[in-house]
Amino acid sequence: MTYLADVAALTRKDLRVELRARDTLPAMLLFVVSVLVVFHFALPEGTGDDAAYGLLWVAIVFTALLGLARAWVPEQEHGVLDGLVLAPSDRSAIWLGKTLATLAFLLTAQAVALPAFVLFFAPLDATALAGVLLADIGICAVGSLMAAMAAASRSREVLLPLLVLPLAIPLVVGGVGAAISPDGQRYLLLLALYDGVFAVLSWASFEYVVTE
Amino acid sequence: MSTATIRSLPGLAALSAVLMGSAIAFALIVAPEDADQGISQRIFYIHVPIALTSYFCFGLGAWKALNLLWRGDQRYDLESYVAIHQGTIFGALTLITGSIWARASWGVWWTWSSNQLVLFLVLFLFYCAYFMLRFSVEEGPRRARSSAVYALFGVVLIPISFLAIRLAEDFIHPTVFTREGPNMTATMFATFCVSWAAVTLLAYLLYRVELAGKRLDADLRELREALQ
Repeated sequence: MTYLADVAALTRKDLRVELRARDTLPAMLLFVVSVLVVFHFALPEGTGDDAAYGLLWVAIVFTALLGLARAWVPEQEHGVLDGLVLAPSDRSAIWLGKTLATLAFLLTAQAVALPAFVLFFAPLDATALAGVLLADIGICAVGSLMAAMAAASRSREVLLPLLVLPLAIPLVVGGVGAAISPDGQRYLLLLALYDGVFAVLSWASFEYVVTE
Repeated sequence: MSTATIRSLPGLAALSAVLMGSAIAFALIVAPEDADQGISQRIFYIHVPIALTSYFCFGLGAWKALNLLWRGDQRYDLESYVAIHQGTIFGALTLITGSIWARASWGVWWTWSSNQLVLFLVLFLFYCAYFMLRFSVEEGPRRARSSAVYALFGVVLIPISFLAIRLAEDFIHPTVFTREGPNMTATMFATFCVSWAAVTLLAYLLYRVELAGKRLDADLRELREALQ
């Protein structure tokens, strides 16, 4: 139980920092809506809905990357991470708290972006929405670990997309497949498998990444 | 690394050269011509062993990475790095030979409908990012552990990417190995085995040479620091 309490406290801390400083979420919101507008001009007339679904996934992945790039900045700036690592709690709770906070930001950004997508481009059905939710979980789980690795490097902002994009390819396949394939369930299964495997791996390996 | 293991390298290199020479002779002369694809099918005897060796190197790198995380012995860091370095080199060769084969049999240098090629492209990008990560973190235990974690993600990414690419694309790559066993004649299979052995030995030799070089380099640096 104390583990869950630690996770809840860490998530609450991130949400509170964001509520006060408003560093990440407005940027993500503005970014994803701007990208959708850019897509309107990038998609020639008559390319069809399928191309729009593909571009939606580009927008989702890049918005997530934007949020993840900021994820560990408060911890880095004030040496908070050292304190958290020294705190008498399981280190993986730090990862889980960060994942949940990033997921909350991403879902909030999508609460605006997805209606805007439906308005501008094409409808989304329940399978497509389930695909978005599952892929969000996957990218936040893997991304918050990768962001912690990138934050310790010299070229942090440059490194993060390079680390995450190859890992995000199965998520894009699953998300686009869930949106455009008549047999979307198979793609949801792929996403669920991805989430399960990589969440466990990230959860188990986080400790090795943050300890000196 | 002791001098005895370094002394064994020239012998290993000679053996590797002999085996590689016979593999090429087998592939070009002994193996029968494929009825469907003609001479271009012969690249199969190089392309597939290279691809398998590349997977093997990535697997070895992840295994050493797991050992590093589990036992905390820093010597596994270099071993993991060298294995992944070899895997990336063989992965790039897989992309090149695959591209040549695609050109010969389908008339295009690149096709997104070949799952193996797409998978190797994803893996190649992934492991290039591994080097980016490694070279932008200060040397030390933390870099070793971060690299190890990333290497472990790589072996998990291989089957999941494969599944994803297979779901995403039509499967038109010629399937040589089916569930009923290898779909080729005994001579072809023998040729394939010789080539596979040759490429594996070559990869092992390169792994040992690079490891020996990197260790000597580290020892030298330590000595220099001790003398200053």
